[in-house]
Amino acid sequence: MKTALEYGRLLAERQIGARELAQSFMDKISSGNGKYNAVLRTCGESALSAADEAQKRLDVGAALSPIDGVPVLVKDNISTKGIKTTCASKMLADYVPPYDAAVIEKLRNAGAVIIGKTNMDEFAMGSTSETGYFGAVSNPWDASRVAGGSSGGSAASVALGFAPLALGSDTGGSIRQPASYCGVTGIKPTYGAVSRYGLIAYASSLDQIGALSIGAGDLRAALDIMTGIDKRDMTSADALKPSAQKVKPIGEMRVALPKEYFGEGLDDGVAKCVLSAAKELEKMGAKVSECSLSSVRYAVPAYYIIACAEASSNLSRYDGIKYGMRAEKYEDLSDMYEKTRSEGFGAEVKRRIRLGAFALSSGYYDAYYLKALKVRSIIKQAFYKVLEDYDMILCPASPVLPPEKGESLADPMQMYLSDIYTVSVNLAGLPGLTMPCGFCGGLPVGCQLIGRAFEENALLTAAEEYQKATDFHLRAAKEAGL
Amino acid sequence: MSWETVIGLEVHVELSTKTKIFCGCTTKFGGEPNTHCCPICTGMPGTLPLINKRVVEYALKAGLALKCEITRKMKFDRKNYFYPDLPKAYQISQLYLPICRNGHIDIETSLGNKRIGIHEIHMEEDAGKLTHDPWLDETLVDYNRCGVPLIEIVSEPDMRSAEEVIAYLTSLKSTLQYLGVSDCRMQEGSLRADINLSVRRAGETKLGTRTEMKNMNSFKAIARAIEGEAKRQIELIEDGRKVKQETRRWDDNKDSSFAMRSKENAQDYRYFPEPDLPPIVISDEWIKQVTESQPELPKEKRARYVSELGLPEYDAGLITQEKRLAELFEGASAVCKDCKLTSNWIMGELLSYLSEKQIPADELSLDYKKLGDILSRMQKSEINRNSAREVFKVVMETDADVGKYIAEHSLSLVGDSDMLLSAAESVINENAGAVSRYKAGEEKLFGFFVGQCMKKLRGKADPVKLGEILKEKLQ
Repeated sequence: MKTALEYGRLLAERQIGARELAQSFMDKISSGNGKYNAVLRTCGESALSAADEAQKRLDVGAALSPIDGVPVLVKDNISTKGIKTTCASKMLADYVPPYDAAVIEKLRNAGAVIIGKTNMDEFAMGSTSETGYFGAVSNPWDASRVAGGSSGGSAASVALGFAPLALGSDTGGSIRQPASYCGVTGIKPTYGAVSRYGLIAYASSLDQIGALSIGAGDLRAALDIMTGIDKRDMTSADALKPSAQKVKPIGEMRVALPKEYFGEGLDDGVAKCVLSAAKELEKMGAKVSECSLSSVRYAVPAYYIIACAEASSNLSRYDGIKYGMRAEKYEDLSDMYEKTRSEGFGAEVKRRIRLGAFALSSGYYDAYYLKALKVRSIIKQAFYKVLEDYDMILCPASPVLPPEKGESLADPMQMYLSDIYTVSVNLAGLPGLTMPCGFCGGLPVGCQLIGRAFEENALLTAAEEYQKATDFHLRAAKEAGL
Repeated sequence: MSWETVIGLEVHVELSTKTKIFCGCTTKFGGEPNTHCCPICTGMPGTLPLINKRVVEYALKAGLALKCEITRKMKFDRKNYFYPDLPKAYQISQLYLPICRNGHIDIETSLGNKRIGIHEIHMEEDAGKLTHDPWLDETLVDYNRCGVPLIEIVSEPDMRSAEEVIAYLTSLKSTLQYLGVSDCRMQEGSLRADINLSVRRAGETKLGTRTEMKNMNSFKAIARAIEGEAKRQIELIEDGRKVKQETRRWDDNKDSSFAMRSKENAQDYRYFPEPDLPPIVISDEWIKQVTESQPELPKEKRARYVSELGLPEYDAGLITQEKRLAELFEGASAVCKDCKLTSNWIMGELLSYLSEKQIPADELSLDYKKLGDILSRMQKSEINRNSAREVFKVVMETDADVGKYIAEHSLSLVGDSDMLLSAAESVINENAGAVSRYKAGEEKLFGFFVGQCMKKLRGKADPVKLGEILKEKLQ
């Protein structure tokens, strides 16, 4: 399988046609998706006509970007005008947004061809892509296992060769962990680097849109298009796009291995793969040494309190009044609210709404929400401190290999705890990248790079160098028969 | 046993910015339902609020005029509750760090001057409007008002009577109108007050249990509600019963209030900091800029009218109370160059016209140039007072052209010496008897000659000139 940049080059050289390319990916989805349930819908005509527009530009050598005409899949919580955007929820099963998300506008303006929307955990709440109304996503390497979540559909799609590039969102690891489980590369940019306008909110202070692909180069190309201030998102920052960020050569990079990330609970096979990646970086000249990040043990509870609190408020708008579903039979207004929300949301979403509403309720606010905010600032400080001495942190993305389907639904607490290595990055607002670094029992293992705020290029460069020296990231493509 | 009533007010004021607080939709009143809205103010999934800087500036203007401390790094919070008029199911408001705190306003009542504390001012968004159709048993939602900017001005419990409350509201209203931050039209709901009221025995320092009366929208209703609620609470206590902390609604038609919601059923709004809006920093420069651009406020204006223009204290107070009146006064007196004449006209003719037609002063559309024109013509004896009244009324009703109307209706006073002279001469010729009696010393007959001349000239003679000519001819 080729990368998005390679397809972009072939299109620009007119070795392939944009319409044929879009059609071939959509055909591949329609024949291969059944077993995996990674894609919820393809765009058909609208994708083909966007491809035709791209072709007109490519024919006259007027490509809008290196990915003009390249097919892209989009997670189903990113608003696409005129195309259903369901958040994998019954509540929004028929919702068609009246506007495009900022990132969709930017991608369209760069000529990217949106060919479909990917499956996910309902409202991005989950670590396995099993909680959605439209069913679970299967892991491309072993269909009895989960693809990870919540951007499991996007990660699996890239691994299955359904598109060379996919958009995801990451609130507590939702890009990085499924990338690890599916053997692809994924990046969550710094909070504020990419506009959230049009991303259907789960937890506003943690959500960030990012991308998944086979290799780091594509991710740089995607972020070059998506990064930058947007006046519609007041939390967006005047960030430099990655290719405009200065970056050290790999030989001068200092890489931290936080000892708390390699302790109890970490699968041995995963540990081995991640440490071998550290060795590889060392071989390339990076200075790798151990550091301490003890605050990580408070990250999961702080994360779940903050994320659920914000979610309980963000999801209040699904009340049956304006859009989305409304219960068919009800007695009065409050009954309508109750029935609509009881029927429209799945178990995990309801659990998080309840947790969040409790954490914010009078008498508990100080003990839970305020305390979690304090923990958040302590975690942020700890990361910033480590990143004064290091250019990046290397650690696992998940303590375990992809679990069997159903395991996590039966034990949500275990699922929450497995977010241990990813949630701190969102709490601190930092960029994080996951790339494949080995295999364990036929399943891919990813390692995570965490960098300084607005220095995505350091992570992308390190990953790119690593991917020049290794071929773990190409395995998925090979397996997919491309 | 005497009782003391303790009152604090929460006043919601709609700001008169052109666009809404978090999106670019118009704030215009009215409009077909759901035409003044967009994905942001209707809470479509994925949309985010964008703060309208003008709203912050207006709140800042109000805070500075009310002598508040300004919160230099202020934030918004979410107030969560379900109601169909609130599309996001939370209202973006300010709880933890409101923009202004600890201010005050000075009021005047029959008992003298008093300072009323302002606890805080915070910004928030308005909700939509529900209309129930009893015929179809359906409720319709109109989101046009959603996101219209409001400030809530919370007073300290410093007021003790309906009179003080009305004085507070009057002063607040005129200050906000002068600042241009709100039109404060109670009947359109752009100023609404919630009244927190408790009673205690005179001399007691602890506050009694309070009740809250919501959304009062006329001064008269507020005054009656205060009297009624204080009486109800006193009677309860004197009967040995207790006042319940609750929200009540005043029914002005029935002249009584009824309970809406008790404290036990009070909603938990689960306030928390709005994560979609970063803190807003209010810089020294911004404060300086707003301070320098503040207009002259009613109190300052009033003092200047007395000291510089020589208006009586009472007149100055009355005219400056309404921004429109002060504007009219300043404009018209600049045209006719006579402050006293202008203020007398406003206090007399204009105010009685407004009260007769029941037009609130802030809705007065009279052009100051026209009033100035009428007054200068009267002052120069081009028209007499009666004609001036007539022109004034016509201008008020039809916005007629002053000069044209006077010409068309021949209201000009005859100031032409020849015409006056011939009238005087014919009156003298026709009344030889009276002339000789006058010359013999019967001076009061002078008025008779003036009257006769006026009659000939149909009352339109310039009385001063006519007098001069008559005097000369009768010598």
